[in-house]
Formats: sequence, structure tokens, C-alpha cells
Amino acid sequence: MLEAASATFAVNGKRLVDAVDLKLQPGQVTAVVGPNGAGKSTLLRLLAGEVAPTSGTVHIDGRDLRSMGPGELARRRAVVPQATALSFPFTVLEVVLLGATVPGFAPAAPRALAAAANALCTVSLSGFAERPYTELSGGERQRVHIARALCQLATAHRRPGESAALLLDEPTANLDLAHQGAVLREARRQAGCGLAVLAILHDLNLAAAYADEIVLMSRGRIRARGKPAEVLHDGLLSEVYGCPVRTNATPADGVPFVIPHAGMYAVRS
Amino acid sequence: MTAEAAPHAISIAAGRRQAVAARVLLAAAALLAIAALLSLSVGPTGITLASLPRVIGAWLAGTSDASTAREQLVLIDLRLPRTLLAMFVGASLAVAGAMMQGLFRNPLADPGLIGVSSGAALAAVATIALGNGIAAPILRPLGVYALPVAAFFGGAITTLALVAFAGRHGRLMIGTLLLAGVALAAFTGALTGLIAYMSNDRELRDLTLWSMGSLGGASWTKVIAVLPFAALTLLVTPRLVRALNGFLLGEAEAFHLGIDVEKAKRTIVLATAASVGAAVAVSGIIGFVGLVTPHIVRILAGPDHRVVLPGAALLGAAMVLLADVAARMLVRPAEVPIGIVMAAIGAPVFLHLVTRRGIGGME
Repeated sequence: MLEAASATFAVNGKRLVDAVDLKLQPGQVTAVVGPNGAGKSTLLRLLAGEVAPTSGTVHIDGRDLRSMGPGELARRRAVVPQATALSFPFTVLEVVLLGATVPGFAPAAPRALAAAANALCTVSLSGFAERPYTELSGGERQRVHIARALCQLATAHRRPGESAALLLDEPTANLDLAHQGAVLREARRQAGCGLAVLAILHDLNLAAAYADEIVLMSRGRIRARGKPAEVLHDGLLSEVYGCPVRTNATPADGVPFVIPHAGMYAVRS
Repeated sequence: MTAEAAPHAISIAAGRRQAVAARVLLAAAALLAIAALLSLSVGPTGITLASLPRVIGAWLAGTSDASTAREQLVLIDLRLPRTLLAMFVGASLAVAGAMMQGLFRNPLADPGLIGVSSGAALAAVATIALGNGIAAPILRPLGVYALPVAAFFGGAITTLALVAFAGRHGRLMIGTLLLAGVALAAFTGALTGLIAYMSNDRELRDLTLWSMGSLGGASWTKVIAVLPFAALTLLVTPRLVRALNGFLLGEAEAFHLGIDVEKAKRTIVLATAASVGAAVAVSGIIGFVGLVTPHIVRILAGPDHRVVLPGAALLGAAMVLLADVAARMLVRPAEVPIGIVMAAIGAPVFLHLVTRRGIGGME
């Protein structure tokens, strides 16, 4: 289990993440939401072991991430970044295979190829293996990086009992409606296979529809957490986001959805 | 397509790319072999490769008469070291260029970017201009090796200074490395210019020629001097393939993939500094090959460093060999500086590739 215990990350005295306690349970999808600058991406970097907390700890199955090397960390968690500046014309398959550890001059092992094929199928890019990455649309690129992360976790050797986490930084940015759903359903499926999944989301409705737990951040702190219906409340959201919003519920299954009061109507209220 | 069929299609896709890579590497190796034979068989003396078996036979048997002695001198003591030196220099510069472009994720990066060339140039110019003046007591004992030794240390010291500038909390900042490199190049360039401004006509000619590169003084000693650095680079590069491929995604992404980013960056910078420093020391400044060779391999076979690194090594060696052959043959018995030949022949070829094939799909 990947866990932050009163983790704080400060730069020049400014606390970007302030005493955050968070447990990512295997089998669960956790959505981190909050306004820009709330510390969501910094929290993700802490959980990925990319930066060490200035106080507090981050550990996985009781082991401090600071005591783990990059290779060890890579076996236990994969990260899909917000934007990747890849400008060299790798094929889609080559990018996905970067997730599998291909050392030196050896060709990719059949196991890695099978995992890559599986990952591409998962993000419905099966026919894209030989396409140059640089010719893809923004949404297709995003899905390639998700496939790369899945390939990384699928090929990593983990002992029984070792948990693994998938960390997604705004995985639905750049995606159209159909693919937003597809990506988050995949996140759910991965959780079903035993991964702990964390996704930073800007779309509160997607968070409500796909997350087991929503963590609402504001100014580096966790303001509220719980099931979607427990967190998404008019007053809280309006205060944290600094704009009036109204929460409703879908008639069928009661999933809350949020409408911001934007434009000229907001001015009147 | 069924789920079982997918891996089959994938292995075909992977196989196709591998087949292209194998063809490109084979073609580069063939070109290198041809260039090496050409380099051994042409020269102003009229001795051709046909005499080689006889010369080697006589050399091994230890029996050489007057006619084979001359052939032996030309082939074994002049052309062979020159050929080997050209290969080492070309491979070192090309691999260094590929590593720099990968590290900076910038196709315009060249081996000179981390200050090796500018530092080496400053040291070389200082040696030429001050060799008979105030620096004579230090440089005189080194004899003809004063220039290469000074150039090597000039490059190494500049690189170490740069790494110190760009290091922060034990991490090497790539952006700072790039900008500090530009600043340091300007500064050493100013000092180089100052020394050139104050030197006399003969010194000025010497240092101009040095900056155009030459393999003219090739000897076994120089081959043995550059060999460890070239060998070191070639030994260390297979271990850097994964890191360099990862760096193309970004530094953070490379770390996420499990790559020890800081160790890889340091290894890349030091391997580049050592191989370029050694190459510049024995042959002066030979531009273009480090910038262009990795591009040609990428255009033909894709950006995977498993292909780019060995491909650049083979092709870089072949290009420097061919340029040196042209440099020797164009105005016999004199020699054109190899840097001029390299740019004059290489630039149109590269332009042709870029306009016809694009920049390899790069954005």
C-alpha cells in the first residue's frame, strides 16, 4: 500500500503540500481534485518518489521511498505524466516498450512484446503499433503513455504481497468524451486487477462517476475526502474553487454531478 | 483481430523495425570497410593495397629488403595508423554527438555543447602562441605532444567547470548545463580571440589550420593515445541505451521508468568529454560529423539508441575516413584540412537527405 504520512513539501518556505495523510488502497481508484495550484501534481510527485518530502514520509508496504532506487520504484509504481515533450519519431510500439525494461542492445523479449500488445489493445490502439508517435493526435498520445505505464507494471517482477500503484496526472485532459470514459474505465479495471490507482482530475463529474474516493485539495492541504456524495457539496466546492457551483444527482443511480454557475448568470447570483 | 492474434501482429511490427535497423547497420559497416580499404590504398606514393600481403609477410618474417622497406613504411607506419586514427576519431565524435542530442533532447546538440571543443581550442591556441614564450619551460619537455596534451586537458577542465556550474543539490540541471555551456564557450572564445589577435602571422596560420582539423600527423603513438578513450566510450555506451531512450521522453519520465537519471547524466557527460577531448587533441577540430551522423542514422532507422549509437559509430568512422581520403587526394602532394572537406562534401549530402526524407519525422 502506497501511503503518505503527514508528508510536507516546501520550497523557499512555501508549503506546496502541507501535512498530507493519504493511503492508496489496492483495488481502489482515488481521484484527487482541487483548483489550480492546490498541490495535486506535487502530491503525485511525492507519491512517485520523484521528490522527497521535506518532512513526514512516503512509503510503500512500510518501506520508505527514500530507501528505494529508481529501478525498485519503477517495479512498484508507474506514472502517466500530464504532457510529454517527445519530439523524436519513435513508433507507438517503441514508446510502449520503453515501459518494459529493455537493457542494452538486446531485442525486446516475447513477454515484453505480449505485454505491449496487451496494453495497446487496452487503450484501443491495436492497429497503431507501427505509426510514428509524432503523427498522433493529442488524445492518441495520451493513450500511448497510458499503455506505456500499463506495460511497465505488467512486465515488472513483483513478489507476492508486493503492491503496485498507477499514478495518472490528468489522464483525461486532451481526450474527447468517449475516450475520457474509456481511460477511466481502464483505470477502474486496473484497480480491479489489484492496483492502487490515483488520478488527478479536473472534471468533478468524471471523478464522481469513476472514483471510489475523492480527495479534495486546497492550498496544499486535504480539505475533504470520502465517497463522491460525501465530498461534492455546494458550499464546500464553491468555497474551495472560489466560484458558485451547484451539485445535483443523476436520477438513476444517484451519482452526484456538479454544474458551475458560469457566465452572466453567475454575476447575477 | 482476436486477442491471441495481437502479439503475432506486434512481433511482426517489431521484427520489421529490427530488419530495417540490421540493414542500416550492415550497410554502414560495409561502407566503413570500403572506406578503410580506400584509405589504405591511396596516397601520393603510388603504393596500392596489392603490396599489402607482401609487406605483412615480410614484416612477420622479419625479412625486408629495400623495396619492401619503403612499402612497409608507407603502409604500416603511415597509412595504417592514419586509417585507425580516422576511424577512432570519427566514431568518438559521432557517438558523442548522438549522446548529446539524446541528453539535451535536441537534434541540434553537438559534441561541442558541453564546452569540450571551446576549452580544447583555448588550450591549443595558448600552446601554439605561448609555446615559444612564457609557457616554454612547461611545454618544451612535452615536445610534439604539448599540443594534444594541452587540448585534452583544456577540454576536460572546461567540462568539469561546466558540470560544477550546472550541479545543484547533487543534481545536474540540463537547462543550466546548456546555458552555462553557451556562456563558457563565449568566454573561452573571447580568450582564444585575444590570443589570436596578439599572435604573429605564423602562429595565426598554425592555429587557423589546427581549428580546421587534420589527421596529417597520424602515428602509432597517437593511435595508442586515443585508443583507451575510444574504447571506454564504446564500452560504456551499451549501458546508456536505456537511459538515452528514456531521456527522449523527459527526465522525470526516465526516472519513472526506473532509470538512475543522475548517474546516467554524469556518465554521458564524462564519456562525451573524454572521447571528444581525445579526438580534438589528436586531430584538431573536425566539425559536422558529430552533428550530422546521428541524424542520418535516425532518418534511416528511427530514433532507438540501440541502433543510433552503433550506427553513428560505424557511419562516423566511415565519413571521417572518406573525408580524409579526399583531403589527401585533392591537391596532392599537399593536404586540404579535413574539416573543410567534411563540411564541403557532408553538407550537400545532408541537405539532400533532409529535403528528401524530412528530418526523420522529427517535430
